[in-house]
Amino acid sequence: MLAEPGDFAEWRSAARGLLAGGVAPENVSWRGAEDGASLFGDAGAAPPGGAVSLPRELLEIAERVICHRDPEVPARLYRIIWRAARDRQLLARTTDAEVDWLRKADKAIRRDVHKMHAFVRFRRLGEEGGRESFAAWFEPSHRILRLTAPFFQRRFYGMDWAILTPDARAIWREETLVYGPGGTKDEVPDSDVVEDQWRTYYGAIFNPARVKIDAMRAEMPKKYWKNLPEAQDIAPLLAGVGARVERMREAAVSMANPLTDKWRTRVPDELALDDDVKTLSDVARAVDRCTRCPLYCNATQGVAGEGPKDARIMLVGEQPGDQEDLQGRPFVGPAGQVLNEVLEEAGLDRARLFLTNAVKHFKFEPRGKRRLHQNPTTGEIDICRWWLDKERAFVQPDLIVTLGASALRGVTGKSASIKSMRGAVHELEGGGKLVATIHPSFLLRLPDRERAAEERAAFVADLIRARKLAA
Amino acid sequence: MSAKPILEKLAVLADAAKYDASCASSGTVKRDSVASKGIGSTEGMGICHSYAPDGRCISLLKILLTNFCIYDCRFCINRASSNVERARFSPQEVVRLTLDFYKRNYIEGLFLSSGIIRSEDYTMEQLVEVARILREEHRFGGYIHLKTIAGADPGLIALAGLYADRLSTNVELPTEAGLSSFAPEKKPETIRKTMASVRVGAEDAIEAAKSRLIGKATPPRFAPAGQSTQMIVGADASRDDDILKTATNLYSGYQLRRVYYSAYSPIPDASSDLPPVRPPLMREHRLYQADWLLRFYGFERAEIMEGASGGMLDLAIDPKLAWALMRREAFPVDINRAPRELLLRVPGLGTRAVDRIVAARRLGKLRLGDLAKLTASVKKLLPFIVALDWRPGMLTDSADLRARFAPPPEQLAFAL
Repeated sequence: MLAEPGDFAEWRSAARGLLAGGVAPENVSWRGAEDGASLFGDAGAAPPGGAVSLPRELLEIAERVICHRDPEVPARLYRIIWRAARDRQLLARTTDAEVDWLRKADKAIRRDVHKMHAFVRFRRLGEEGGRESFAAWFEPSHRILRLTAPFFQRRFYGMDWAILTPDARAIWREETLVYGPGGTKDEVPDSDVVEDQWRTYYGAIFNPARVKIDAMRAEMPKKYWKNLPEAQDIAPLLAGVGARVERMREAAVSMANPLTDKWRTRVPDELALDDDVKTLSDVARAVDRCTRCPLYCNATQGVAGEGPKDARIMLVGEQPGDQEDLQGRPFVGPAGQVLNEVLEEAGLDRARLFLTNAVKHFKFEPRGKRRLHQNPTTGEIDICRWWLDKERAFVQPDLIVTLGASALRGVTGKSASIKSMRGAVHELEGGGKLVATIHPSFLLRLPDRERAAEERAAFVADLIRARKLAA
Repeated sequence: MSAKPILEKLAVLADAAKYDASCASSGTVKRDSVASKGIGSTEGMGICHSYAPDGRCISLLKILLTNFCIYDCRFCINRASSNVERARFSPQEVVRLTLDFYKRNYIEGLFLSSGIIRSEDYTMEQLVEVARILREEHRFGGYIHLKTIAGADPGLIALAGLYADRLSTNVELPTEAGLSSFAPEKKPETIRKTMASVRVGAEDAIEAAKSRLIGKATPPRFAPAGQSTQMIVGADASRDDDILKTATNLYSGYQLRRVYYSAYSPIPDASSDLPPVRPPLMREHRLYQADWLLRFYGFERAEIMEGASGGMLDLAIDPKLAWALMRREAFPVDINRAPRELLLRVPGLGTRAVDRIVAARRLGKLRLGDLAKLTASVKKLLPFIVALDWRPGMLTDSADLRARFAPPPEQLAFAL
């Protein structure tokens, strides 16, 4: 016989003894003190025996399920551990009827615990030495107070509180948690000053245009309503719904608030006109507003070039990538890291170069949590050339180094392979020289290490040539 | 107006906040009040402390700091030209309410938003100040969700991320055209930039944590519950396809935890160019289902749209079923042999049921009777699966399959 129904330690020691003694479930009869049974139960008969190993998960489940009010639970649990001691896989047999029962009972307990965490409502008792104290009355479906009290302890460490249920009470005072006997509702105050505010909030946050009573009752079953101060407002709120919605519909659209213009101090900015772009910093400001092609629709921002106005060398890449798009600066992502290393090897100071891209907005394809880079079309490159030309006009570099085919197209307006252009110095229409090389991201895509090392060396050589040309 | 009693302010500023669907309090770091000896904890799983008769969970104290606003977004009850009653809380009043509610176990924490007053930076500063007082002066360990004001200084966003569990910036309307005609002051690129600064802030915090010296204190986490956004459904002419396109862009670009879809519900004192109709709740529901398919079921947007017509999801049946009916050649799927990815595509099987099936079939071949214990409803699965004792035969290709699932038309109408 169990003296305290729902007490896990008691059941566990009884069950352990029985299991060690090899007592089969059909030979045990479990009775709780609640049943008014006599002092002697069969559980006491077995000797405290050797340890029987059971899966940890099963013990955790048993600790919860023992709180279930079904009087059959101690017996059913014993039958399951009896089987589990002989079948290590038992818990995984989800299609087994007893395991199915266990899972369902466990789910019911966990739900009850979750609802208790949610629906306990404290009322203030007072304050002593700056420490407030509160009490709550709650009626859980099962005997779960010991499963829930630690949660309240972790959450409300800095105040004193008591939770009373019909079966037991938990008291947190002077940083100690103690349990005691069950109580009654009248031991807890019947109101709290803040409840009016809470009920006002409850009424105001409810949207009368979308009533879904079943959804509410599925999650907040009626059995809990009697201890929820806000629940008394459900019926009046629902009764008022028709009138509130009707009023909303019937109210003719009123005149605008007379203060509108006073409040709306700022009229939305006008797009910068092309003619407004008079300096290099205008480019940076205006490129962000560019709608010449649809790439702006999905990108975070237009990324303009960066560097001194009197830079002798201009490096042109393809387009901003994921990081460039987020940070609004060119070459700050993985390819930018490679570029930084290679520039250093080639003896070029990044701070003295002007770095920009042929296309100013990031073009990508969303794939789950990532954005996959997509090459810009020649059309997009040609449209965006308007900006590159502006940057070239303001900086007037002696030498342009194009990184990759898109950059080459952006600078020359013609499509050509890097191979055909590489290794030579080209004269640009309208002055200045051009050196064509690869884009640093090309190195990141090469799986073969040897080949990558070769390509990297050639890239460095191109940049050294550029440095010498501009010197 | 400052003399307005707290109850009146609360009524106005909660009413004004209810059009924000998010009330999540989950997904943040584990925290408790044991070490701080203060108040408040977060344990990963959120808790819904109450439910309103609209079926929505009440987890957070969701209020505006003020509903005065210098913007004039047509779909918004708080737009400058609206005649709605106005109110403003002081940061101290919000702190007081949050703590009073929290100590009585009414809420998990605070979701604070605001109309734009004076400037984006000023407004953001006020929101950050509330979070700062709660965390620093009251050692509050509960959940804090702050609205980030699009266009506010990235430095303020960085500060907000140190106090808040979650940050959110609402895009409201999925298309550029919709936004420019309904919300003239809002610029999509400003919203995206603000989201980008949240992502950059989070990544910087991770970098800082990685590179810290051993023995040094852990640098503070940045908005550990991530960022989210909301789109209004049915206020403008955007199609479901536009909405999902924007959603996938945002998920991929800014690592959003959630996109919320909120059926436009008629507001008091509405602007004349908005539909005075019932909120399209079923459309909202279908969008959430599609969103789940994108995030947890391995679907691409284009696949989901195969089951749609004219860029709109089927309202009568769920999007996975709609897709499956267009792709019958992919079925039936053998419950006992198919890989997880294929099981996830079976209409009627959720992620949990799939996990249970995968675990259970290791111990023996599954029959329909076994499936009944592992899933909510076997009936829906029948045309699409093979089990040890079941083959659908011609059922998979039968012409009336859609009719078996689609509810009779009158059930579609939503009663108020």
